[in-house]
Amino acid sequence: MGSPLINLHNISYQYEQTKALIDINLTIAEGDFLAIIGPNGSGKSTLLKIILGLLKPTSGEVLLFGKPVNQFKEKERIGYVSQKSNSFNTGFPATVTEVVRSGLVKKTGLFHRYPANVNKQVRQALKSVGMDEYSMKNIGDLSGGQQQRVFIARALISNPNVLILDEPTVGVDSKNVKSFYNMLSHLNREHNITIVLVTHDVDAVSKSISHVACLNQRIHFHGFKNEMDQMSDEQLEAWYGHAVRKVDHQSEVKS
Amino acid sequence: MIDSIFHYEFLQNAFASGLIIGFIAPLLGVFIVVRRLSLIADALSHVTLAGIAGSLYLSQSVGALALLNPLYLGIVASVTGSLFIERLRRLYKHYEELAIPIIMSAGLGFGAIFISLAEGFSSDLFSYLFGSVSAVSRQDLWIIIGIALIVIVFLSLFFKELFVLSFDEEYAKASGLPAKWIHVLFMIVTALVIAGSMRIVGILLVSSLMTLPVAAAMRISKSFKQAILLSVIFGELSVIVGLVSAFYLDLAPGGTIVVTSIIILLLTIFSKKIGSKGAVSG
Repeated sequence: MGSPLINLHNISYQYEQTKALIDINLTIAEGDFLAIIGPNGSGKSTLLKIILGLLKPTSGEVLLFGKPVNQFKEKERIGYVSQKSNSFNTGFPATVTEVVRSGLVKKTGLFHRYPANVNKQVRQALKSVGMDEYSMKNIGDLSGGQQQRVFIARALISNPNVLILDEPTVGVDSKNVKSFYNMLSHLNREHNITIVLVTHDVDAVSKSISHVACLNQRIHFHGFKNEMDQMSDEQLEAWYGHAVRKVDHQSEVKS
Repeated sequence: MIDSIFHYEFLQNAFASGLIIGFIAPLLGVFIVVRRLSLIADALSHVTLAGIAGSLYLSQSVGALALLNPLYLGIVASVTGSLFIERLRRLYKHYEELAIPIIMSAGLGFGAIFISLAEGFSSDLFSYLFGSVSAVSRQDLWIIIGIALIVIVFLSLFFKELFVLSFDEEYAKASGLPAKWIHVLFMIVTALVIAGSMRIVGILLVSSLMTLPVAAAMRISKSFKQAILLSVIFGELSVIVGLVSAFYLDLAPGGTIVVTSIIILLLTIFSKKIGSKGAVSG
């Protein structure tokens, strides 16, 4: 196990009267490929926002690379891919290159121009997600899955150690979900990027994932993916709140 | 016409201001449109009206203020309005658009009171509402040059941050950009441009110079850079054609500028249709 990159200690979060997260303890280590799974309303996105420092927990502490989140200045070490559907408008007049380049905004710093070799960096980032042929396309003309890859390239361009993805397969064609996970797996193994993603879809948890955390206000299970596979359907159901089924992505691809 | 420009200072003022406005209004307008703030520009122009009308009233009733340029109070009103809009948008988190009618009616309400106090419509007020070729003073021109410098400095300092903020606000915040401050500065600069543009296009039509050229450019541009370039070209074209025709036909330039930009918009919509048909058949 690699050294811990993200530590959550006793995190709780409350929206007015509702408890969204209760006493979360979670350590994400270098090289992990973690899926946080939970039904809608289980607090997944809240948890991500707390990790990213966008929300302040009601209690508890977040450490990023060993530093408290509010003192952590190297935000470019954490690449964030937000839930595509609610954060960008498809009519936006921008090319793929312009979008990917904008991932360097924080690293470049206020009042500075992008570095001279920015186009080379854009090409590399696009290549690592298999989108190098689309650099001059309008972002709105791409499919959901292709857009998602572009957003990953935008996160990758600043060479992050961790990639955090919020429901990355929403809006991705079911036929392309598998190749999407293969790409993430490639980034995880070959580029040594720690990956954390949240999803409401238990089915989406593919073989490429190393760790799973099951969330529903509390963390009900956190461990290796193969341990979760041993969980009985009853255990899964108790946590998820309704019947779920496990699908083995290794043996079949859903059509 | 060219001759007249050399002869008459008022024409020099109008054309120089027009060319500057035709550049900065669509330039900033690109960000306003992609951030879906077009209606806010409209609301701010109505607030500017309150400032202008208030200033016209004060200059009638308070001797010492007789020579005060109404643009100054217009700028004050517009900038104050932009800050209020931000406050209201945060107050009504789930009904952000509510800030627009509130500020717009406040602006018109105060405007109406000052106009009636100042004993009705004067020709001066008419020129503020719909623009004027003859009423732009040298002092107005200097104010507009000042505003243009602020816009250019602001955009060159924050261009990449504004792009990120416009494209994906959540991502901007997650990357640790000071999104809130950049946005507040953006609103203040917008307010300045609105106050500055209204001498030429008029209060009621000022937001159109920030949105129509952009709407046309977005139809046909392939990149953000191209959208900006085309917006500025369309903006300048509208201002030049609008001012020349206003001068010769003795019309309010606000009207001729806006109608020109509408024609450009229709042409881009039309040309795109033909273009896509051509692509299908070819």
